Amino acid sequence: MSTSRIVNGVEVATHYKDDTHQYLSNKEGIWLFMATEILMFGGLFIGYIIYHTMYPEMFAEGAKYLDWKLGFVNTLVLIFSSFTMALGIYFNQKNQPKKAVMALGATVLCGAIFMVIKYFEYTHKFHLGIYPGQMLNLEMVKPVHQNLGLYFGFYFCMSGLHGLHVLIGMCLITWVMIRNIRGDFHSNYYTPIEGVGIFWHIIDLIWIFLFPLLYLVG
Amino acid sequence: MGTHHSTHNHGAAHSSDSAHHVTPFNVYVKVAVALFALTFLTVAAHSIREHLQPFSALIAFSIATVKAYLVVAFFMHLKYETNMNRAIFISGFLFLALLFILTTLDIYTRITQNSVL
Repeated sequence: MSTSRIVNGVEVATHYKDDTHQYLSNKEGIWLFMATEILMFGGLFIGYIIYHTMYPEMFAEGAKYLDWKLGFVNTLVLIFSSFTMALGIYFNQKNQPKKAVMALGATVLCGAIFMVIKYFEYTHKFHLGIYPGQMLNLEMVKPVHQNLGLYFGFYFCMSGLHGLHVLIGMCLITWVMIRNIRGDFHSNYYTPIEGVGIFWHIIDLIWIFLFPLLYLVG
Repeated sequence: MGTHHSTHNHGAAHSSDSAHHVTPFNVYVKVAVALFALTFLTVAAHSIREHLQPFSALIAFSIATVKAYLVVAFFMHLKYETNMNRAIFISGFLFLALLFILTTLDIYTRITQNSVL
């Protein structure tokens, strides 16, 4: 419509000077969003660290209920998905949309594998009576430390918020994949994929810290 | 929306080449291999953690920090970003450090001194 024009093969909104101006502004917005993501997860990390130093034995007991092998597999899955996400951008930069769509499809698939593994981890814990905070079933779990629910409060909040990000990320990647199939992107315009990609990589980044924090160090 | 771009009609696009940095394919492969290797290293260090005490946690998070750098610099392209975007992202960590310092000071000088929280 009258609100945009074509510059260098890219639809540019009127308030931008040209396609480069629009591209850089859009990316700056994504980076601001990433700073808020760091702050949101960071608050949980700081809470975890403080309570961990107050009750180290209780946190160690909680970590024993986690299977590090599942966390390890999920780490590998997410790293691979980050790699394919980066390729999704790379192939669009090289004007190879078919390969880009395949890379994005692989990324969504990896996200799904991650969530299936998470589902089995969660249902296994619910089966044992492990719930966050006061909902933890003390008769079933019979913990050494009566405040074990605090550990699982952190566990479910942190991995749950992370899992929610994975789900949202999968929806966003599916959206850019459909647009990619439709032919919206080329070497001079792939901003939505880059933005979604940065979001997906921050999910990987957070998991890189969550894995040792929850599963290994405990 | 709805404008379908043909792929090869931007001959005058060179003005914006500097904004679109293309990372070579083999760099992505190398970064992915390094990330996989560091994940295996994390687990290897975990399996001998009794011998690494009291540094096992420090080692695990040091490896995680290196992995995070690789993801941010190469996958998220922050290495090739504007200084403004770098400042924005780092500011998140600076405010996080502020939160950590002030909260820790509060907890250890007030709550742990006179409460059974």
